[in-house]
This record gives sequence, C-alpha cells and structure tokens, in this order.
Amino acid sequence: MSLLEVKDLHTSFFTSAGEVKAVNGLSFNLEKGKVLGIVGESGSGKSVTAYSILQILTHPGRIVSGSIRFRDEELVGKTDAEMREIRGNKISIIFQDPMTSLNPTFTIGNQLEEAILLHTNRNKKEAEERAIEMLRLVGISEPEKRIKQYAFELSGGMRQRVMIAMALACEPDILIADEPTTALDVTIQAQILELILDLQKKMGMAVIMITHDMGVIAQICDEVIVMYAGSVCERGTADAIFYHPCHEYTKGLMRSIPDMNDDDKKRLVPISGTPIDLLHMPPGCPFAPRCDRAMKICLKEKAKEYWVGHDQLSACWQNIKDGICSTERPEKEEEEA
Amino acid sequence: MENKERAFTPDPEFLLQVRNLKQYFPINTGFMKTTMLKAVDDVSFDIRKGETLGLVGESGCGKTTVGRTILQLYKPTGGEIWFKGKRIDNKEDLKEFRRQAQMVFQDPYSSLNPRMTVADIVAEPIDVHKMYATKKEREERIHELMTLVGLNTEHATRYAHEFSGGQRQRIGIARALASQPEFIVCDEPVSALDVSIQAQVINMLEDLQNRFGLTYLFIAHDISVVKHISNRIAVMYLGHMMEMASANELTKHPLHPYTISLMSAVPIPDPKISRQQQRIVLKGDVPSPLKVPEGCPFQPRCERATAECAKTCPAMREVAPGHFAACHNI
Repeated sequence: MSLLEVKDLHTSFFTSAGEVKAVNGLSFNLEKGKVLGIVGESGSGKSVTAYSILQILTHPGRIVSGSIRFRDEELVGKTDAEMREIRGNKISIIFQDPMTSLNPTFTIGNQLEEAILLHTNRNKKEAEERAIEMLRLVGISEPEKRIKQYAFELSGGMRQRVMIAMALACEPDILIADEPTTALDVTIQAQILELILDLQKKMGMAVIMITHDMGVIAQICDEVIVMYAGSVCERGTADAIFYHPCHEYTKGLMRSIPDMNDDDKKRLVPISGTPIDLLHMPPGCPFAPRCDRAMKICLKEKAKEYWVGHDQLSACWQNIKDGICSTERPEKEEEEA
Repeated sequence: MENKERAFTPDPEFLLQVRNLKQYFPINTGFMKTTMLKAVDDVSFDIRKGETLGLVGESGCGKTTVGRTILQLYKPTGGEIWFKGKRIDNKEDLKEFRRQAQMVFQDPYSSLNPRMTVADIVAEPIDVHKMYATKKEREERIHELMTLVGLNTEHATRYAHEFSGGQRQRIGIARALASQPEFIVCDEPVSALDVSIQAQVINMLEDLQNRFGLTYLFIAHDISVVKHISNRIAVMYLGHMMEMASANELTKHPLHPYTISLMSAVPIPDPKISRQQQRIVLKGDVPSPLKVPEGCPFQPRCERATAECAKTCPAMREVAPGHFAACHNI
C-alpha cells in the first residue's frame, strides 16, 4: 500500500465557455519518504492536481471522477470538516507566491500557532514554543522576535521559510510544494531547496514537488511525472526521464532548454506552435497538434502508458511504432561501466 | 571627484559606451526625510557592434535600471552615455538616439496598450519618428514587421488581449524593430514565457540579430539563457558591477566570490551533474539597497572578506585578458 494513491483523477472547471478539463485521467502512487516531481508548462494541470488532493479547488472547479486514497482512506467525497483534519495536519502545501499567501493583518506567530492549536492538543504557550522551534528549524534568526512581526517586514526568502515552517508545524506525512522557488532568486532558491530536502530526510515525509523548472527536478526528485494538458506523457526515475526520454514532448522539452555546458551555443530546437486550448481538446494525444512526428492515430486516439524501461512508462504512439515499449515491465538492465 | 570631468575619448570599435553611470532615486523614509536609493552606482561598460552583452543579477540589483537609464527613460543622476562615438546629452541627440535604440519589455501583458490594435502598437515608433510618406507605406511596413516576427498579418486589426504570451512578446519585438534600430535593450524578454515558447523567442532574437546586425543588451536572471545568447556577461550586485567576461569564461571560471556562489546555485537540468554540484549556499539575504554596506557591497556575505573589504569599495580591473572583476582578493 502506498502512502498516497491517485487513480484516474479527472478535475474540470465548468466555465461559461464550456468545460475545461484541467486534469484528465491522472494516476500515480507516492511512497513514504520519496520526492515525486510533477513537471509541466502552464496549463498542464500540475497545480490543479495538488489542489484536487487537498480539495481546495475554487469554484467553478471540481473533481469529476477518480479516487484519491491517503493511507487507504478515500479522500474524494469527504466533507469540508473531515478534510480540515487532513489539511495542514497530514498533508500540507507550500504555495508559489510567498508574498500573497501570508495574511498581512496577522503576525507570523499568529499564523503559525493557528495550525498547531487546531491540530494538536497543545495550549497557547506550548504552541508559541513550537512556533519558535519551527522558525529556528527553517533557519530564521531571532525567532522570538520574528513571531511578533508581520509578513511585510520579511524578505521573499524569509516569507517562504515561514510558509515552510507553517506547513511542517504538525509534521505532515506529505508536503506538496507548488512551485516553491519560482518567485525567488537562484541563490535563495538553492537555500530553500536544500532546506526542503534536509527537512524531508529529518522528518521522513514524502514530497510532491510541482515545478516547470527541469533544473529543480534534476536537483531534488527521485521520480518524475511529465504532464501536458492534463495528461501524463511520461513517468519514471529522474535518471530515466533525463537520459532516456521517450515521449516526443519530453524530448522536445529537453531540446528547448539551453545547456549550461555547451560552449558552442548550439541552436535551440523549440517546440513549434502554441499550447493547446483546454476548451477545445482534440480526441487524440493532446501534444499531437504540436508534434513533428505525429501520425494519423495520434490525432484520433490517446496512447496508453507502456513500459519503455525498468523504471519508465511513456504514453506515445511513436514508441509502439519504434517497437521500444512493452506491456510487461522489463527486467532491470545492468548499469554500463 | 574632479576626475569625473576628465575628457573621455570614445573608441570607434564600440557602439555603446557607458561611463560611471549613476541612478539614484529619492525615497521617503520618514516624516520630512528622504534617503537616496542608489539603484545603479558607478557602472561602466562597452558594447561592440553586433555583440550581445548579458546582464545578470538577483532582483533589486539594478540590472533593469541600467537598461532603462541607458535609454534615458530616467534622467541619469550622473555618468556619460556615448553612442557611436557621440555623447547623448541634449534633446536632439536623445530623439535620434531613441530611434536607434529600442527596448523589449519583460511583461508581455502590461507593456502593450490594451486599447490599441496590433497595427497601431507596431507602428507607434514609425509614427513618432515620421518614417513613412504615405498610408500605404505605413501599412506595408506593419505587414513586413509582423511577418518578420512570425505573426499572421491578418491579425493586424486585433487587440493585444487576443494573443498568447509568446505572441505578445513577438508584438513587442516587432514594435522594437519598427524604427530600424541598431541597439535593443532586451529586459527579461523570455522570463514570463513557458520553456517551449522561450526557445522560439530566443531563436528569433538570434535570427534578427544576424539579419540586421543588431546589438543587444540582454537583461535576465536565468543564467543558462543569458549564457546561451550572450557573447559577454556582466554580473551586478546591489547597483555595482562585480564581474565581466566572455560568456564561457564567466560561467566556467568565475573569479569574483559572488559570481562563484551565483554560478554554483544555478540548477542544472542533469541529475548526475546536479548531484555532484558543489553548491555554495550564501548566508542570509541581499541587504536592502537603501542600506548598501560600506566598502564592497558583497562584503557582509563574503567568505573571503578582509578588513580592507569593509573599508574601500574595489574598482573594476582587468584580472585576466578580457576578464574584469571588482574584488580586493583576486
């Protein structure tokens, strides 16, 4: 039994213009103590996946079908009160923008203690001690002074640390990090990623890292899911995805990132066209309209996920044509020396 | 400060030469109290014709202000800007300079007027500089520019909100090209775009540069993008220039302690290299630009700081051929 099992999740936004299928049949398992990366461009449904797990979708979005099981307990269909027991306690989230996700009218201490008082049976004084302890853990200097300050008095990196402290105050089993470093500079990003990894090891929790940055994925993830327009293109270990991409979208994504180690400045190979309009989804593979190697079948029918390696699944008709995939999980290949 | 008045002889090899550029902004810091925010403090550099100079640094380091001050969107507090061997200091110079120097802005959503059609946005520079004789000529030029950046000319009568982020950035680039400039300041032109679209725009900027012999000042915080597009890179920190060298040299062999830590923090999209990467994680945050530390601005966070660093601000000097750095300890 996995810690979190998501099966055939469909989440849609019912707008006046029609149904927007933000997540379209997503399944994955998250094991204890693992870091799972979900990578994709804007509109790929990676954030909506996170919001679906915690059921913090805003109107007009809702889960249409599918199942989300946490420790073998079904989350879909739980009431708000039941979900409140899980949110911030068992599963926590850090949002992208640390500037707007803290309440400007409460002190840092107030906001930190709220979760602690709600989910544990600590009293006010103990909660404050715990808040100070958490701030110290995330590397904030003079935490006794900081808990009396407001969000505007802190820098972006500090605010993100406070967010992390808040998310981890109740020692959750799963931390969902939704683009936690996108709004931060690279040197601060390095600090925050290191902090998340460090705390993940200390507390033994599982992390879902949602990002568009392949560099962040390479740095901290064990496993990766590549998403495009609400569907999974490819999944596998970080090494498999980076060194042996099989889906045409993953390959295109890799080719369009400038390589830091390339001194000759080879021309980038961009993916042509523009991202798909989620209101008018084609029946086949969502990437087919932009794919250079699209075949007739790609436009008609979505490919199923097949094994393309011991640790890698890919949903691309091209793999079937090239004969590099199978329905059975292949044996682990010996590492080349 | 008498030496500021010393005569500067422009070098014809360079298209743009910037000397001791300063840009201070007065900030209200209390009742009847203003403090000078030194956004750019004593920055000098040259750009050759047809070259791309990358300008990197963290948010608040003054890189955008440098770009805007060069085009005199702000009146510089001090310093000189020489373009094609001529100093830009009076109104006539400035008007001609602004025809030859253009800017592409970061945010493709807020930099296009929502009440203007694409045709009017693209034609604005040629309207301002009266660069056509007939209406037909104007229209032809608009279509030429739109084709150049890969936009459908049938969309000329549409408004900006009808386009995606990548297409809007193309509109912004078409506008910048309209007055046939020689020099373009690209201020984070791809930061707001998705990776797949980013590569399209980068390739287009490179093609346009080759075709028209354009010179770019490319401002961005994404170091791998800057490395890809630039010939040379300059690094800024708290309004000061820290290091400048060729793109390969600066990314492979940075010398300034700040650049070294900056390069080590860049996430590399390769798990094996990433795992071995020795990251130098800087302590603390960037100080407020209102309270720039005494001496070298990087000194409080620098591992190699000495007593000298806290006293005097190091000047840029050539530490290796073509490699400039501002540090006492190199």
